[in-house]
Amino acid sequence: MIVMADVTVTVGWYMILAAVLFSMGAAGVLLRRNALVMFMSVELMLNSVNLTFIAAGNELGLVEGQVAALFVMVVAAAEVTVGLAILVAVFRRRSTANVDLLSELKG
Amino acid sequence: MIDYLWLLIALPLLGALTLILFGKHIGEPASGWLASALVVIPFLIAAALTVPFLNGAESETVFLFSWIPVIGANASLLWDPLSALMTLVVTGVGGLIHVYSVGYMHGDPRYPRFFAYMNFFIASMLTLVLADNFALMFVGWELVGLSSYLLISFWFVKPSAAAAGKKAFIVNRIGDWGFLIALMMIFAAFGTLDFAIVFAEAHGVLSVGLATAITLMLFIGATGKSAQLPLYVWLPDAMEGPTPVSALIHAATMVTAGVYMIARTAVLFEMAPISLAIVATVGALTAIFAATLAVGQRDIKRVLAYSTISQLGYMVMAVGLTAFTAGIFHLMTHAFFKALLFLGAGSVIHAMSDEQDMWKMGGLRKYVPITFVTMAVGWLAISGLFPLAGFWSKDEILASAFAKGGFFLILWGIGVVTALITAFYMTRLIILTFFGDKRWDEGVHPHESPWTMTIPLIVLALLSAIAGLWNTPVRLGLEHFLEPVFGDIHQVHPAGGLTVWALALISLAMVVIGILIAYGRYGRGDLPNEEGGYWTAALDGYGVDTFYGKVIVLPGKTISTWLAMVFDTKVVDGVVNGLAYGVRAFGSSMRVLQTGWVRSYGAAIVAGSLGVILWLLLQGGAF
Repeated sequence: MIVMADVTVTVGWYMILAAVLFSMGAAGVLLRRNALVMFMSVELMLNSVNLTFIAAGNELGLVEGQVAALFVMVVAAAEVTVGLAILVAVFRRRSTANVDLLSELKG
Repeated sequence: MIDYLWLLIALPLLGALTLILFGKHIGEPASGWLASALVVIPFLIAAALTVPFLNGAESETVFLFSWIPVIGANASLLWDPLSALMTLVVTGVGGLIHVYSVGYMHGDPRYPRFFAYMNFFIASMLTLVLADNFALMFVGWELVGLSSYLLISFWFVKPSAAAAGKKAFIVNRIGDWGFLIALMMIFAAFGTLDFAIVFAEAHGVLSVGLATAITLMLFIGATGKSAQLPLYVWLPDAMEGPTPVSALIHAATMVTAGVYMIARTAVLFEMAPISLAIVATVGALTAIFAATLAVGQRDIKRVLAYSTISQLGYMVMAVGLTAFTAGIFHLMTHAFFKALLFLGAGSVIHAMSDEQDMWKMGGLRKYVPITFVTMAVGWLAISGLFPLAGFWSKDEILASAFAKGGFFLILWGIGVVTALITAFYMTRLIILTFFGDKRWDEGVHPHESPWTMTIPLIVLALLSAIAGLWNTPVRLGLEHFLEPVFGDIHQVHPAGGLTVWALALISLAMVVIGILIAYGRYGRGDLPNEEGGYWTAALDGYGVDTFYGKVIVLPGKTISTWLAMVFDTKVVDGVVNGLAYGVRAFGSSMRVLQTGWVRSYGAAIVAGSLGVILWLLLQGGAF
């Protein structure tokens, strides 16, 4: 628990911040058409979850929160690598990153 | 020495494998001699292993390897006087027939393959005989059925031979079904299939009802393999196989497996008097039924086939009377004289350039003298003329039936009449073949067979003449030999003294009458006209095949056709196709969800997540 002047920053603050960040990320994924920006939004969502993990871990005195966060970072790095590679390949062929134009997998 | 027991099975099996794989390179006649050696060597080993029994040695069990120990079924061999006797008959007669085949099969394009199958049969039969548990016995039981099938349809280019092989296999399967049920019942009752345990605990574990059920199921197995009523129909058709096969499998060895099995399970049968009465009755009825059919046949091999069924009826009757020793005795002597008769018939067929119709033979005794003399011994032996083998063994069975009294006197009467008919049809066969005018087609030049064929005939003729002396009312040699096996069984014994000789005189009189009637009918000039009425019916086997065809085969075929054409295409395929159609229809309806827009998927994920969160909150009682 961090104490600044007469304001007490409890774990609830972190949770609210994480929820805000997560919602922004989700909105970005849903509303933006540029695949690159959508990726960035996904990263935002992931990191908001990381924040939740760390805050909760700190509050409960458990090290697992940090472990989970590190785990998410590793997976996120791998995911970005693959995703960006796909994105570059798509951009080379189609000269666009607009996901609404990439709907060939329609059933 | 007993450690070499496994070689009895291994050597013929090795021969079969070698000839299957390399038969073409080994060629003729080397493959025949190789196969013969791999049956004769086991015979010598078996003979050496039998000697200790003459001095009262104990039975032994040789454990080879663990197979299914939990049900008491291991590859483990039982060596006692009964299995020793059977082994000697199988390998002894089998060896002679192998040597005979070296000459008989000369020039056959599939010569090595024939001997491969023959060796395979010997290995299978020895597995059946030497098994020390029901499971291994069943393996041998099935394998002899398979080798029988392979050898009956050996000349499968002939449609009739292929059909006969199939028929033998399928009819035998019906019997095997009974045997298998019996095995399951035994396992359910005892928790093991080991002979030693089952026989030792039988009196404590089985009720009379259960023993009756088990033994009746076992007997169904025996009726299939030993060609008894009502499952005998495959044996006459099995004559489509080469003659040595008929001699080895369908006269001397395989068909006696049912008799052997009943004798082996004597402890169980002894507990079930009803089963025993049924066994004896079926045996007696089969004996007389098949004998009347043998009278009307024209094909020399079919006479012998029906004669075999009839003689097997005697053996089954004997074990049903609890005269187990007498049954095994007749099994042994029959193996000698029936193998002799079949091989003699083969020699005649060989001499006549593959003619089997006795009405086209006649007067052959001057052309094939050795065959004639040896076959004459077989004829008198099977008819039961003193002092040849058949006299002693058949009379012991009849005397046992007489000694048992009561209802069994009827069976004795049937047996005596059968003896008369037997003498009649065998005399008919001999006269039609060897005496009278030459009736053969032009261009046939009968000739005596090569020495490989005549030597086995001579040896078997000697055995047919003297083998009966092993067990006479004066000196019960076989009875004493089999004492360790049947010692604890209450066998029926023929009455001693005058009765046994009086009975012998009665059946001897029957034999003489039978021979004289046949001589009067066929032996003096013109042959009688045998057409119409009984003769046509007998040639047709009294229409039993037609009857089975209408009552069993046709409904079976109709049901199978319906199942294949209607049930399978409509119902089974319908279920499968319907399932596939439903999946496809469901998939089509779901296709609209796959828009191809990433953001719509994203929206679905978010909506789903919100739904889950909402549900969790509701569960947690948040609202």
